This record gives sequence, structure tokens and C-alpha cells, in this order.
Amino acid sequence: MLESGIIIRALMRNKIGALLIALQIALTMTIMVNAIFMIQDRQQQMQRESGIDEKNTFYLTNTVFAQDYNIQVEMQADLNLIRKMPGVVDAIQINAIPLSGGGWSMALQHEPGDDKDTVSSALYMVDDHGINTLGVELIAGVNFTPNDIQWRASGQSTWPDKTIITKAFAKSLYPDDWQSALGKTFYISQNQPMQIVGVMKNLQAPWNGWSGVERSMLVPFQMESQGSKYLIRTEAGRRDELMPIIEKALAERIKGRLIRRVTTIEDTRKKSYRQHNATNKILTTVVSTLTLITGFGIVGLALFSINRRTKQIGTRRALGATKWQIMRYFMVENFIISTFGVIFGCIGAIALNMWLATTFNLTPINIELIIIGAITLFIVGQLAVLYPARKASLISPATATRTI
Amino acid sequence: MFSYYLKIAWISILRHWGLSLLMICAIGLGIGAAMTTVTVNYLMSANPIPHKSEQLYYVQLDSWDVNDPFDEGKNPPDQMTYTDATNLWKAKKAFRQSVNAQTYAVIEPNDPDLLPIIADGRANTADFFAMFDVPFIYGGGWTEQADINKELVVVINKETNDKVFGGKDSVGETLKIDGDMFKVVGVINTWEPKPRFYDVTTGAFNKSADIFVPFSLIAEEKVRRSGNTNCWKPSGDGLAAFLAGECVWTQLWVELKTEQDKQEYLTFLNAYVEEQKQYGRFLRPLDNRLSNVMQWLENQEVVADDAKMMMAMSFMFLVVCLLNTVGLLLAKFLGKAPEIGLRQALGASKTTLFSQYMIESACIGLAGGILGLILAYLGLKGVESLYGDTMQGLATLDVSMTALAIILSLVSTILAGLYPTWRACNIQPAQQLKSQ
Repeated sequence: MLESGIIIRALMRNKIGALLIALQIALTMTIMVNAIFMIQDRQQQMQRESGIDEKNTFYLTNTVFAQDYNIQVEMQADLNLIRKMPGVVDAIQINAIPLSGGGWSMALQHEPGDDKDTVSSALYMVDDHGINTLGVELIAGVNFTPNDIQWRASGQSTWPDKTIITKAFAKSLYPDDWQSALGKTFYISQNQPMQIVGVMKNLQAPWNGWSGVERSMLVPFQMESQGSKYLIRTEAGRRDELMPIIEKALAERIKGRLIRRVTTIEDTRKKSYRQHNATNKILTTVVSTLTLITGFGIVGLALFSINRRTKQIGTRRALGATKWQIMRYFMVENFIISTFGVIFGCIGAIALNMWLATTFNLTPINIELIIIGAITLFIVGQLAVLYPARKASLISPATATRTI
Repeated sequence: MFSYYLKIAWISILRHWGLSLLMICAIGLGIGAAMTTVTVNYLMSANPIPHKSEQLYYVQLDSWDVNDPFDEGKNPPDQMTYTDATNLWKAKKAFRQSVNAQTYAVIEPNDPDLLPIIADGRANTADFFAMFDVPFIYGGGWTEQADINKELVVVINKETNDKVFGGKDSVGETLKIDGDMFKVVGVINTWEPKPRFYDVTTGAFNKSADIFVPFSLIAEEKVRRSGNTNCWKPSGDGLAAFLAGECVWTQLWVELKTEQDKQEYLTFLNAYVEEQKQYGRFLRPLDNRLSNVMQWLENQEVVADDAKMMMAMSFMFLVVCLLNTVGLLLAKFLGKAPEIGLRQALGASKTTLFSQYMIESACIGLAGGILGLILAYLGLKGVESLYGDTMQGLATLDVSMTALAIILSLVSTILAGLYPTWRACNIQPAQQLKSQ
């Protein structure tokens, strides 16, 4: 552009003002790009599917305190009662709830022995209704049969010999061909063999921050323990209506135990990702106020510089400059300042990302985000300078003839 | 003179009210964001037991798998096996020692009209109460004899006492816990150390326990264990085999008065591990650690990464706001060049001009600081509602934080005002007067 030489020379007369705006833009971009990157990262984590029918599932805890209580018989009676209720799809006793943050994990290995490499997986103890209640999709093999189900005494160290695992787990066991996992045997507790009878599409471990969150397995166990959880899946849309009914029916069926913590999976998900959600909201607020402040800063400074140059602008107008030429002057000026700001912003954004990556184990940023950040700041700059530039263009040529 | 400068500053602020408002908002937002995150970090990293945090030590022994070290060999296990905890407790080599673990229980109130309640519990040895200065309303802790004899005694918190006994002095009463009759020996007042340093493995900001029972009752199956359990070697069937196995689930704290005591205790621990090695345990190299309260909280990374990251971001935010203020102040002061030139020509010294413009900056800073405090208060409310119960009690402004906010805003605006003021003082009067 023809004027840019003049504009740069004019800028050099007020270096500090321009430098301050450029620095602001650079810092804003540094923060904006990294914050958006962090927000995206969290959103991706939050969008992962747990694999279960989240909308129509809830759970409750059953705590036995009476001394004369037949846990096996009463548990079966509880489940029969729930499964027969109209509106209920299925129900199971389970040791841990996906997304809840608390559960079991076991180390598994290809060969028996105490010095072999292991892969960890979350472990869910369910009966033959497990697949149906969780709502997971079996993509290979078969479900457990009622004969596979064993009672697990509290503190028991032996395991059943069958298991159903997730596809992600099969992939980490057999990286070349996950389908070959079906029918294979691996070892639990160092030396107890377990055969893979089925593979399910996906089922998350209870810990959403764990790197192996997609690895989980079902084992055909019913637990004979005083504290247990029932997971209940209802027909679409009937969950909220059935929750109090089932709670009441269980509480009234037998005394000597407590039914507590009736919780939906949706609430569990919300709680599980609460920190992610909170951080995202805070970061969004920070980024938007920051952009606003930078924008207003530009407006303020531009207005002042226009005020100081009223006479000069009037003179230019008197010498034949059009309104548009005056406006263009300030917009080009802002563009030049923004360019410097954005260049430093790119460096700052990458530097901050490198620091975050080493300090907090974040992944490196992608280049598209930096480009988007740069474009956004150019737009913000141009928008901010629009009003002052318009005001400048309205200065009357007659001003040139007046003293201040 | 000072009040005269204040008056001039006030007039100047009002004359350019839009600009002043912009600066006050910028500073307010910057201070508000910074204070919100600083407060969260400050409360997360607070010392929960300042008067003796240097004397309380968390004990770690590396009993883990030689083939697959705990935490890739960087740290010993974060908890201890039952065997080691009870052996070290029995050895009584420290001034005080307490083994503890998380439990839960069902309480059946004596009053048949009241429903049973599920209580979060802690199974601990007698020294726990004295070590951690647990405040009692009625009665006190149990004796070491009660631990050894596995007596059915319980200390309950105020909340449980209110629920079950209507708040009266319940010492000597009995309470049915998991089917057994326990004798209440003490009632403690509300005790919620933040962070809950004595057990950070199950959430550093969780609630303290409702009931406290002797640790030895776990082996008797009188109370149920909860909390985290981590095993590297399969143990046999049943509780006895589990207790004898290589599972970590207990926590040992010791109180050591001096640095010398600490060194002696560490020597004792090393000797203990060497002795255990003869039984085929502790195959890893010697790595026993004693961490005092603050070291332990640091090691367990109690302050969330998110909180630290947001603090870093909010300080950068503050810098942007200050740059904004520097720019606006500069524009404002330079806009007054003719006035400054006139005043200088009439005999105003640089010192006079300097103090006048610094006072104007400080006024804006103070207003910004007050706005910042209000915003920080709202910000903390927001943080509290976003994070829910995990942030309970972590989002409050105390006196020192309020003072810090005001000081931070004053110092930062004065810093921001320095350069513009300096420029304003160096205006050449002759040039300005010429153009008038």
C-alpha cells in the first residue's frame, strides 16, 4: 500500500504507544491460543462415549448391616424383583460404575509367571445379564451363560476362567489383529488362565483421567459382600419415574440393609467431568474478557491519538484527502501494529505451549489453531479501530484553519 | 498538598470519565482474575497444621515388585502394608505413631425412630488424636491398651453426636455399629483440615471422618475397610492372607521432635527393612522416606495442575490489563501536554508534577483494586458453584488475601503509571507554549 511508508514513519514517532498495543495483542494471542487448545483437549475427552446406555441407566448401593442376612438369596431376590418390574430392561449387581472414579483394575499377561510384562485393565464383575444391562455391543464371540456365573466370597483370590474384553483392550493385547484375541487365553494374578469368550465394542474404565480408560473386561462373578451396587437399565424415558419406585420397593422388601445413593449415570458423568467443565468455563471467560479488554484498549488509544492529531487530519482533509482515505490510514496503521503483535503472539503461544507441555504434560499445539488465533486478532483489531477511524474521517477540513 | 493533588486527580478522572472507567475496569478484571486463582492456589496449598507440620512425618517404605517398581521407581508406594505398619507401630521408636486407614460402617441409633446411617470412618491407633490435635468437646481418645485389647470403643464427630444423641454429652453411651455395641469415649468438634493432610489418597479436600475406631478392629472384621488398596503380588484367600500379603492400604504417621530424632528414625527404618529382607521381602533397593506434612502434600501434588495453570494464565491476563493501562495513561498524560507545559512555565517542579500524576495513577489503581476485590469475590462464588463440594471452604477471601489484592492493584498501577508520568514530566514547556 502506498501509505504504509508514511504510516510507519509516523508510528516511529510514537513508538511506545504502538509497542504497547502490539505487546497486548501478542500476549492476548499467547493466552487465547493456549486456552482454546486446552478447552478443545478437554472437550474431546468429554465427548468420548462410555459405551453404556447412559440416558436410561442408574445405580444404587445396597449396604447390609444385619447379622442374620442371607446375602446370596436376598441379592437374587432383589434382582428378580427389579427385573420383573414393568419398564425395566434389565438389572445386575456390579462392583464398579463406569465414569464414577472408583473401581478395580488388574494386571494381565500373555504368559504365567511373576516377571512377565503386564497390561492393566478395569474389571467389572457381572452376571449373564451384564451385556444387556450395560447396553454394550458384543462384536465378536458370545455372552456368559448362567452356568458360567460363580459366587465370589469377600477376599477370594481365584478367578473365573472366562472373560469378555473391549476391542481397545484386545488391540493392546494383540496389536496386529485384535480379532485374533477371541478364544485366546491370558493370565490374571500372574498365573490363573482366563479365556477371552467375547469382545465388546467399547466400555470405559471408571477412571476418566487414566490413559487406559478404554481398556476394560467383564468377569462372570456375583459378589457375596455386605456392600454392593445394583445397576439398572430402564426403557427409554422411564428412568426418572422408576428410580423412586425401585428404591422404595427394595427398601420395603427386606430390612437389615440400606438402599442409598440412587444416582443416574448422567449425574455421574457430570460429576466425573466437573473439573473439566469448570476449567473450560473459566478459560472461556478469561479468553473473552481478555479479547474485549484488548479491543477496548485499541479503541481508547486510537481515540486519543486521533484527538491529538485533529489538526493534522483536518489539514489532510483540506488538502483533498477523502473520508475513506482518512479511515484507511488508521485501519492500515492498526493492521501494521497487529502484524507485529501477531508475530510475537505466535512465538509467545508456542513458547507457552512448550512450557505447559513440559510442566503439565500437555500435547504440542497444532498450527491451525495459531492461524485461527492470528486471524481473530486481526479482525478484533480492525473492528476496534473502526469507530475511532470513522470519527477521524468526520473531522471537518475547516479544523485546519483553526488553532486548538 | 496531598489533598490538593487528590482533588486535581479527581477532576482529571472525571473529565475523561470514559477513559478512566476503561482503566478501572481493566485493572479490576486483571486483579479479579489473578486474585481468584491465587486464592484457590493459596487455600489448596495452605498448611493445615502450621504449629507442628515440621514434626509430623509420613512414612514410606519401598516394598514393591522388583520387576515392576511402584511409580516407575520414582517414589515408594504411597501407602504401607498391614504387616509393616503394625510392626513399626509396635516398635514404638517415635515420640508418637499412628497407623490409620479409611473405613465405613452402618450406625443403628439406639432410638428406634431414627433410621440407620452410613458413616465414613477412620480406623486409627490411639496417638492419632494427640498427634493431629483433634479438638474434643466431650471425653477424649482411647488408650493404647484399647488398641492392643481390640476394645469396641468409638470417637464420634459433632454431626453424628447431634444426629444420634441429640447433641448431649454421649461419653459412656453405647452405639450399635455394624451390629456390635461400641462404647463412645469421646465426641470431637468440627474438624475439617484443608487439605485433609492425614489422608490425601482418597481426596485431599474430602470431608473428615464421622467416626473413629481402633485400627486393630479391622483384623477382627468388626469394621469394614474402604479407601484404596494396591497389590503387586497375589495373596491367598481370606482376610488373614490378605493382611499378611503385599497389599498397601494403611498409612503410618510418626511425630518426631527434632532433626536428630528424624535421622534416628530413618536409621531405624533402614535397619527394619534390612531385617525384613532376610524373610525374602523388600527386594528393591533401600528407599525409605520420611516426609513432613508440607513435603508430603507437595509430593502428592495436592494442588491441582489445573489450578496452577489457571494461575499462570490469570497473571498473564493481569499483565495484558496493565499494558492496557500503561497505554491509556500514556495517552491521557500526553494529551495534557499543553497543561503540563503551562504549569512548568508557571514554576511547577518536576517533583510536584511527578507526585501529582502518581497520585492520579494510584487513585485509579485503588478503584481498580476495589472493583477487583468484588470481581474476585464473584469469581470465587463462580468457582465454588462450578466445582461443587470439592471446593467447599476453598473459595473464601480472608484478610490477607484482601490486603494482597489491594496491595497488588496499587503496586501494579503505580508501576504502570511510572513510565507515562516520567514522559509527562519531561515535556518541554517551550514547545507546548509555542503551539498555544
